[in-house]
This record gives sequence, structure tokens and C-alpha cells, in this order.
Amino acid sequence: MAYTEDDLKKELETKEYEYGFYTDIESDTFPVGLNEDIVRAISKKKEEPEWMTEWRLEAYRAWEKMIEPEWANVHYTKPDFQNISYYSAPNKKPKYESLDEVDPELRATFEKLGISLDEQKALAGVAVDIVMDSVSVATTFKKTLAEKGIIFCSISEAIKEHPELVKKYIGSVVPKKDNFYAALNSAVFSDGSFCYIPKGVRCPMELSTYFRINQAGTGQFERTLVIADEGSYVSYLEGCTAPSRDENQLHAAVVELIALDDAEIKYSTVQNWFPGNKEGKGGVYNFVTKRGICEKNAKISWTQVETGSAVTWKYPSCILKGDNSIGEFYSIAVTNNFQQADTGTKMIHLGKNTKSTIISKGISAGKSQNSYRGLVQINSRAENARNFSQCDSLLMGNKCGAHTFPYIEVKNKSAQVEHEATTSKIGEDQIFYCNQRGIDTEKAIALIVNGFSKDVLNKLPMEFAVEAQKLLEISLEGSVG
Amino acid sequence: MELKDKLISSFLAFEEAFDVDSDIHEVRSNAIKEFESLGFPSKKEEDWKYTSLNTVLKHDYSVFPKKEDALEYRDIKKYLIHDIDTYKLVFIDGIYSSHLSETTHDKIDVCLMSSALSKSKYKPIIDAYFNKIVPKNGLNSLNTAFSKEGAFIHIHKNKLADKPIQIVNFSTGNESALMVQPRNLIVVDENSQAQIIERHQSLTDHPVFTNSVTEIFAGKRAIVDYYKIQNDRASASLIDNTFVEQQEESVCSMHTFSFGGKLTRNNLNFYQRGERCDSTMKGITIIEDKQHVDHNTLVHHIFPNCESHQDYKGIFDENSTGVFNGKVLVEKEAQKINAFQSNNNILLDDKATINSKPQLEIFADDVKCSHGCTIGQLDEESLFYLRARGIPLKEARALLMYAFANNVLESVRIPELKKRITSQIALKLGVSLGFDL
Repeated sequence: MAYTEDDLKKELETKEYEYGFYTDIESDTFPVGLNEDIVRAISKKKEEPEWMTEWRLEAYRAWEKMIEPEWANVHYTKPDFQNISYYSAPNKKPKYESLDEVDPELRATFEKLGISLDEQKALAGVAVDIVMDSVSVATTFKKTLAEKGIIFCSISEAIKEHPELVKKYIGSVVPKKDNFYAALNSAVFSDGSFCYIPKGVRCPMELSTYFRINQAGTGQFERTLVIADEGSYVSYLEGCTAPSRDENQLHAAVVELIALDDAEIKYSTVQNWFPGNKEGKGGVYNFVTKRGICEKNAKISWTQVETGSAVTWKYPSCILKGDNSIGEFYSIAVTNNFQQADTGTKMIHLGKNTKSTIISKGISAGKSQNSYRGLVQINSRAENARNFSQCDSLLMGNKCGAHTFPYIEVKNKSAQVEHEATTSKIGEDQIFYCNQRGIDTEKAIALIVNGFSKDVLNKLPMEFAVEAQKLLEISLEGSVG
Repeated sequence: MELKDKLISSFLAFEEAFDVDSDIHEVRSNAIKEFESLGFPSKKEEDWKYTSLNTVLKHDYSVFPKKEDALEYRDIKKYLIHDIDTYKLVFIDGIYSSHLSETTHDKIDVCLMSSALSKSKYKPIIDAYFNKIVPKNGLNSLNTAFSKEGAFIHIHKNKLADKPIQIVNFSTGNESALMVQPRNLIVVDENSQAQIIERHQSLTDHPVFTNSVTEIFAGKRAIVDYYKIQNDRASASLIDNTFVEQQEESVCSMHTFSFGGKLTRNNLNFYQRGERCDSTMKGITIIEDKQHVDHNTLVHHIFPNCESHQDYKGIFDENSTGVFNGKVLVEKEAQKINAFQSNNNILLDDKATINSKPQLEIFADDVKCSHGCTIGQLDEESLFYLRARGIPLKEARALLMYAFANNVLESVRIPELKKRITSQIALKLGVSLGFDL
């Protein structure tokens, strides 16, 4: 029998979250609730210096006065911020000499995820700073990086060992009072990654971190800070999967990228957190603030493959401050069942001859809602700024929705801004064309979906492409190909 | 006293002048309560993010103008499309001027809202259509509360309006500042057709604030062409709220030409209530100085097999600001929709601003929806091409801008109007285009 789009839909609906498992590791968890004492306690637990504690408290006080934003095109039960435990770390935290010493259960988790450390080390040459429930467990390839002067460690380590860098840059792109979730993160962030590439250094390998939310009832508050000094280059990968839990888990991360003169940062994300089950129960709330600043001739490129989370609220942005700087945003967002995604980017053009490109592909299936929300702002001093935006949406079935909310604000006459968006389904003529050439419907759909998202997939680094393919498989592509 | 309070307290006096037993009384009373709780929109509202009414609302507007009917035809002739025969509805400071107007009751009704609201003959139409598709918000409710005068047009089934209908609102500046709230109702029945031209014109530099609501109903297979000319003085502000409801196979088009005015806000809403409807919304905006033009459009696709086209062109010079906020909403039952939305802008000055927000909200899968938005400037090479052929820079620029706006002009179906707009564009661009004039 021929494979039709209905079959695909059915398959998508019944596809369970394959990576839903739960590792039973003793965790060192704080009591639920949030107040100044908890903030102090987190800071103390992490053995942070005084200035950091103060910084967190300031953020907390600002957060208290803020109201949760409601403008996004998503609907959900608001998390009760007093019913969340703000700190959880794997209990056994020895400094491992070799990978063999890592808790076997934990390693099994990673094996199941397909990110065997050994394999990564041997084949991909990827240094992995694994964050499991907010604390770095293993860091590899640190030596190789150290030789080049590259600092790649957890942010708590950086606060202790490189306070001058952290102090200078933390909160410089995403101020602690930036928005509700950024303020919350600034107050309670438990850990995250820190990366510094010295002047003129080209990072020899892809830096990668796998985030996992593990302990039930713990929010994950990651803080990532990547600094690329003048003339340097780094490609940073972030990938996520989370075990299947019934309550909604909150994730409010902050990522700050700083690209100094002539530097280039490529930041890729594959996000595959638990999207909730078929009935829309459970799933991760993903409220993330990601922003980068480009100095002269610098370039920041965001690539994201978003397949998970029940609710996504995420806008990786670029502030193109320096002249001739470049910002890029490539995104595939797949929503299924009851998932809701409101994602996009902001490109703020401040410098002369700045360029930005936005390619966003949304695929909605089931009863999901997928929105693109983006801002392109050309300020009056940004001479000869150039922007190209393209947002395409693919709908599967008439129970889902695709929405586009672009904001374009131009204050300079020399600007050239183009925006285009299309919404369509897989055309019967397209399938017919393939059928005619001996490609069965199943393959044809795979081919079309593939082609639809290839623009973005191509932008992922080689090492990551495998992972991305795998995640797309679960969400969409695999079920037809 | 703030304008809001002034309006609310004037309402009692306003109502007393009427028959308080009529059905409309209740509609008005409810509307003023709505306005009281909603008030004027602020920039905090998403739909008003880029347009602030503060500079408009600060004046002490008089709400009840003194009756003054001293305008002569020769004073206003230039504001009318006078070279063809038309029906005319002329209002001066919100009050109907019978000697400047030309109405009819012959097969079609082109007359006044005030008589439609009071005469029992029109009651069925008023009951069926008045205030039926206007969503509740501060400005709409305010207009409804003070709805008294405006155009009432009813084209009966299978009839054709034999000539275009002009609705012209003048403000004379007898008051130091005037607020007017015209309320128009246009019902075009099954298989009938009408062409309507609407204009608001201030005759002095006294501030005028117009908050107009127009309801248009197009029956099965009806054809409605509506043209709005907005070329007012720098002291005049206009908020135009237009709602169009279309039945099966009707074809409606709305052309908006915004060439002047301090602040112009167009809230244009199309609701398609039948299959195979066709909606067209087009606009040309050419402004300079500190002018502000905001186009806020909505097409609500509720039934399958419909089409909508939006094409808005804008040219912004000096300190002017342009806003385009377009929304296409496709319900899940509305399959096989073809919706197209395009917004193209040219900025001529670094102090000019354009804010564009073309939105798509789509719940049906078998649709073709697209939108495009561009912001740029005149192509240097095209300019060079023209100049190499002996066309001076200014003319060359004007020619390119005219070409840029032309595909909106092309679909204007009244030749005299097209000519008029073309010459107005030429005037705006400060050149004689030397053709089609």
C-alpha cells in the first residue's frame, strides 16, 4: 500500500519519545522555593567570590519586581517559581583521572544517547564538557585546548579561576535585568560553560556541551559565556536531550556570545528535550535568552534544530555593533502533537555595512503551533545595512498552525531589507513528480521534507550533522525515510 | 480636562438631542460604557506599538461644532472628482450639506445615516447591519456612541450604482480644534455593484481629529470598489476604521492613497463569510515632513477557496514615519486559500522610519500564503540608465518612483480618479511626468 501523508501523520502522532528514560543518580537537591537565602546558598555552594553573590542578588531583586511576559504566541500553565528546586548536582563528584572512573550508570545514559565519550574522543575529535544536572561531570581534551591558550571549562570554574574575564563580560550582552527569565537565570544559574579563545587563535576542534535535565522537579538554569578575542574563531555546539518526566520542567538558560574585532563564532544547537506525550502532558518549558554581540568585522552565526520541548520561547539574537559585522540565523523548528514553539531572532544593526541573514524553516504536525517571531532593526547610523530574511512553513494536517510575526524597523535610507515568507503543505504535484520518476510516496515525502530543511542542515558542522539527522528522524524525517 | 473625560461627559448632552426610546439609544449607551473602560489605545498595545496618539489627543477638541454652512461649490470643487457625474455626500464639520450634495432614492439609496437611523423605512437594514461587525475597542466604541451622521448607501439586489459615489468630509476650522466622528454604512446586496470614493479634507490649519467608522457589506456576487483619498493638511489627523464583510463570490477592493496629514491610521478589516470571495487591499503612501501613516490590515479567511491580495507601496521622505501591520488569518476550515501580502518601501531620508510587520497566522494546511516585505532605495543603475538618456536626476527619480507605485494605480477602475491620483503623485514628487495627465 502506498505511503501517504496521512500515514506519515499517524506515525508522527504515535511516535513516542525514544530518549525518555531516567537515570537514578543520587542528587544533592536544595529545598524548593526561591528567596535571597537560596540565592546566597547557591552562590556559597559554588564557592563563589563576594562580587558574584552580589551580582546574583541584584538580579534576584530585579526579578522579584518583574512580571512574566505574555506576548508570545504560546499558552501554558505558568510555572510556580516557589515550587522549584533551584539547585541540583550529581552527588558523586570526584575529579576523574580517566573516563573509566565515571559513574557507570551515568555513562550508560550517555551511551544510550549515542554520545559515547570514547567514541567522541576517538572519532570526532570533539571536546565534551558534559553538564548533567547543572554540574560539569567530565571534561575532555582540556589539555590540547590549554596548549593553544583556549579556556574551556564550566562557568563556576571560570568564576574562580578567571574572574577578570567573567567579571568583564558576564551580563554585558544579556544584562541581568534584560527580561524575566534572564533575570531569574542571573540570580540562580547553577552552572554552564565558559569559553575563551585568545587573540588570533583558531580553535582546532568543535567545542561541544551536552545538556541534560535529569532530576525530576529541578529547573535547569544554564549560563553560557563564549568570548572570541580579536581575530579568533570558534565553533561551539550545544545539544540537548532530556528524560521523560510528567511534570513540566522549566529551563531558562542564558547564552552570551562576544565576538571581538575580526572574530567569528559559530554556535549550533540541537534541542530535543522531552516535548510532552501525545496528549500534551508534561514536557519541558524552554525559555531561553541567547544573544551575541559583534565588534568590527566580526561574525556570529546561530544554527538551531529545535525538535523538542513542550513550549519554546527562544530568540537567538545578534547585535551588530561593529562596522562590517555579520549576523546569521539558521533554524529548523519542528513541532508535533501539542508542542508550541515561538522562536526566531533579532538582528540589531548598529554599525556601518552590517549584514544579516535569516533562514527559518518551520514544520508543524499534529496539533502543534509553530511561530516565527523576528526583529530586524536598522538604526539610523547603520549605513548600507543589508538584511535578507526567509521564513518558510510546512503544515501537515489541518489541526496545526504556522504563524509568522516579523518586525522590520528601518531608520536609514541606505538600508536594504528583504523579507519573504511562505506557508504551504507538501504539494501533490511534488509527490506526483517523484512518483512519476519511480520514487514511492514515502521516499518522496522524505525527500521533500529533507529538501525543505537542507538549507539549514547544511549549516551544521559535520560532527553535529549526525546528531541532528538523528533528532529529525525522531521528530519527522526518520518516520518517512 | 482630558479628551476622554470630556467625551464621556458630552455624551449625555449628545443623547438628549435624540429620541432616547430608539433601539440605537441602547447601542450608543453601551458603547460609551465600553469606551469608558477601554479608553484610547496606547503604545503598550501590540497593534499600536508604532503609533502614538499622544500628540493628537492633547488638543482641546470641540465635540459639537456650530452649524456653519457657508461653503460654496467653487471653494470645494478642487477637492472633488468634478469632471464626471457622481452622487455626492458632502459633510461640513460633520454636518450634512444638502446644497453641495447629490443624493438619490431611485433603485439605490444614497442618503444620510441620520435619516436611516430615524426613519422606519430603513429599520430592517439598520437592524440587520448597523454595528454588526465592528469589534469592541476604544476607538470603535467611541464612534458608535457618537454615531449620528455619515453616509448611508444601500444598493438593492441586482442593481448597479450608475455612477460613482463620493463621500467628502470637510472641516472649516470655525472651531479652534474639532473632533468629528463620521459613521458610514454601505450595504451592497446580491448581484449589485458600487464604486465609492471617500475623502477627508481640512480647509484651515486648525487641528482636526477624525475618528471614522465605515461598515461595508457585500452580498453574494456583489462587487464593491472603494477608494480612499487621504491628502490632508499637516494639522489634520485621521483614524479610519473600515470593516468589510463579504458573502459568497463577492469581490471587494480597497485602495488607499495616503499623501498627507499629521497622523493617519487605517484600520482595515476584511471578513470573508462565504466561499470564493476575493479581497484586494492596495495602497500608495507618499509622505514627508513629520507625517505618519499607519496601515493596519486584517484579512480573516473563514471559508475555503477564497483569495486575498495585499499590495502596499510606501515612499518616505524627511522625518516621516510609515507603519505597515498586516495580518492574514486563515482558519482551519478555510482550505485552498490563496493569500498574498506585499509591502514595499523606499526611504529617501535618513531621518525617515519604516516599521513593517507583515504577519501570517495559518491553521489550515492546504493553502498558499506568502508575504514579502522590502525596504530599499532607488536602483543606482536604473537612475544612471535614465540619466544617460538625457533625463535629469529629479525626473529620473520621479519616474522610477512612479513606476514603483504603478501596479497599485493600475487596478483603479475609475479613469478620472486614476488621472487625478497620477497628477497628485507628480505634484508630490515635484515634477511634471508629462504623460497620462
